[in-house]
Amino acid sequence: MNTEGDSLKLVACLLLLSGFFLVLAALVLLASTGQRTAFVVAGLGVEILGLALLTQGYQSTMKEQR
Amino acid sequence: MNPVLCLFSIMLIPLAAAGMALIHQGLGRSRSAAHAMLATLCALAVSAIIFVLFGSAWAGVAGGAAHSFSAGGAHWDWLGAESFFSYGIAFDGASASDLSRALTLCLEMLAVGLVAIIPLSAGSDRWRLGPICLASALLAGIVFPVFAHWSWGGGWLSQMSVNFGIANFADMGGAGVIQVVGGLAALSVAWVAGPRRGKFSDDGIPAAIPGHNIVQVLFGCILALVGWIGLDSATSVLFYGAGLGQVVGVIINAMLSASAGCLAAVAVTRARYRKPDASLSSNGWIAGLVAGSAACAMVSPVAAIDIGLVAGVLVTYMIEIFELRLHVDDPGGAVSVHALSGIWGLIALGLFGHFAQGSRGGHILAQLVGVSALLGFVLPLVHAGNLLLNRFAPYRVDDDGHWQGMDIRELGAGAYPEFVVHADEFVPR
Repeated sequence: MNTEGDSLKLVACLLLLSGFFLVLAALVLLASTGQRTAFVVAGLGVEILGLALLTQGYQSTMKEQR
Repeated sequence: MNPVLCLFSIMLIPLAAAGMALIHQGLGRSRSAAHAMLATLCALAVSAIIFVLFGSAWAGVAGGAAHSFSAGGAHWDWLGAESFFSYGIAFDGASASDLSRALTLCLEMLAVGLVAIIPLSAGSDRWRLGPICLASALLAGIVFPVFAHWSWGGGWLSQMSVNFGIANFADMGGAGVIQVVGGLAALSVAWVAGPRRGKFSDDGIPAAIPGHNIVQVLFGCILALVGWIGLDSATSVLFYGAGLGQVVGVIINAMLSASAGCLAAVAVTRARYRKPDASLSSNGWIAGLVAGSAACAMVSPVAAIDIGLVAGVLVTYMIEIFELRLHVDDPGGAVSVHALSGIWGLIALGLFGHFAQGSRGGHILAQLVGVSALLGFVLPLVHAGNLLLNRFAPYRVDDDGHWQGMDIRELGAGAYPEFVVHADEFVPR
């Protein structure tokens, strides 16, 4: 990794994928709608965290380039 | 399925592309206007050819050949496995199945063009023509076919009732398959291409770079309405079996959600800036169309107004947040208008839709799973593709090109030869 921004972007992409796999796992492993909904919302939360981190990564890169 | 109604609706879809092209070139600078329109044509051309040759095989059709595997007690149908070059499709209309496959190819070929032109808005004034063609090929060849298969082609998102006992993910007008996919690609392009020169100061304060022709933008909104009516109607008829009565509802709902989105944006900007903002109001109109398309044939007119109102308010605030707080330079507001409003529309389908079977909780859950697939799979996929393409064919024009404008730099002539003076041409380089 070259810069702090690049590291953030990589972690962010992994978080996006992790959130998606959390949602898939909830569908496969859980039975009730309530439990599934809770885990799907948690998975979406992880994805939003990933999005926020990705944005932060690009802001960092912009600052480094100035 | 009513094939004549479906075919007539499909024939209206290019008007959505025309409307969007006018909107994003009008919201860009005059020095890049011809480039923006040519980029639209190239994106439509590349995406149509790549999709018919390759993408349609992976998009597949419900009940057709597919790549699948079994895991966790579920059958995961993840990619279509039809013939490349559209060889498996007969255009003689001998059977209902052949006709349905041909109509699906025709609709998706035009729909993927819309997906390809959405990111042009975010890359306006700096995204080069060659990389635009490559990115359109990426969208038409890989990204769109995958998600189109999952939701329209019999993929796992449309089989959740069988596999997991919850409702199937539904996207009647393509809010997810077309708008969110295009909007996420726009976000990726805005990041990869970086902001326009002079957009942000060293302190990160954004400068206003107004669009050059708001009249074309507003006319584009009206053209887009007709195209959207065709798009919503065609997908509802083809993928969800909507009849003539439901299509009438689709037309009413499309008009109402667009109207509510526009009026909400007019009211919000009037309240915040003392005068209505024409640019943001046009974004509100399109945001209403985008959000309303997910549930176009499944909600009442009142619900369509509610969906449009929320989209119109959401888009006015989110465009500002993306620019001021997140420092994303998106001249046409494509991320807010297409991605965020599309996601809202998908969730709104779960909240307001009329369903013949299944609990509302199950439908909301199914829609959230679809949104998660878009954010957690489609965004990384399209972003990785854009980063890879940017390595070989840099997206961003060089500094000289930025100063000259995309028309002169890439096409050798401007869109408006009589108007050649720009304020910053007097600023020393």
